[in-house]
Amino acid sequence: MKAHLSRRYLFSASHRLHSESMSAQENQETYGKCNNPYGHGHNYIVEVTVSGQVDATTGMVCNLVDLDTFIDREVLARFDHGNLNTLQEFAKEVPTTENLCIQIYEIVQRGFPQAHLERVRLEETMMNSFEYAG
Amino acid sequence: MVYLTRKAEFSASHLYHNPEFTPEENRRVFGKCNNPNGHGHNYTLEVTVKGEVDPRSGFVVDLKKLKEVMHREVLDAMDHRFLNKEVPEFLHQIPTTENIAIAIWQRLATKLESAKLHRVRVYETPDLFVDFYGEL
Repeated sequence: MKAHLSRRYLFSASHRLHSESMSAQENQETYGKCNNPYGHGHNYIVEVTVSGQVDATTGMVCNLVDLDTFIDREVLARFDHGNLNTLQEFAKEVPTTENLCIQIYEIVQRGFPQAHLERVRLEETMMNSFEYAG
Repeated sequence: MVYLTRKAEFSASHLYHNPEFTPEENRRVFGKCNNPNGHGHNYTLEVTVKGEVDPRSGFVVDLKKLKEVMHREVLDAMDHRFLNKEVPEFLHQIPTTENIAIAIWQRLATKLESAKLHRVRVYETPDLFVDFYGEL
């Protein structure tokens, strides 16, 4: 039997939405308050969904401890309590939640083979969330 | 096609233990979930059914009937129980969130009248849930 397991994690980070390829006015018009010069922050919730056959001996799609350890090391350690704009990952792209969602998806896709990655969902605020399924 | 979701909560205790594993293996695979006296959760269940809207009633499914089915087939059996000892499916199968979602699907799938079961979602905690779509 194939099941889908989802796990949610919290991390807090700051960012500023600003594109070097736009003028100051374009940035202001495109990003509004998100372009404020000192940045702002969010409590992000990342929801990772994996799928697979339920193992007959453990009753699990994958071991949660493995998933938690991986996310801790590869996602939370990288982004939690940081300023996204200062990271190498965003040297050449705007740290929108869309781009962050894709980055996290690719990190999990590359480094967690224990189950099939279905999607990553990222909640920026209570009102906005983004999903990427590859 | 319209999808309708009904939520319910139930509180239950369980533990994760495979009698074919050694105590060390059980500890290593299941960690704290293997604590011998069990532990508990407030589970949230979401049952999603799908169907066309009936032109006379405007319903995909009669919610009163869906509630009754959920109570009779699932909640009465699992609420305020120790899953490992009191629910037949878990006498010989570990009551992981995955297996609970599958068991609930199997209890409900043939009992719905006008609508078809689309998804069973079980939250073990607000940050951990399993979806089962009836896929083998």
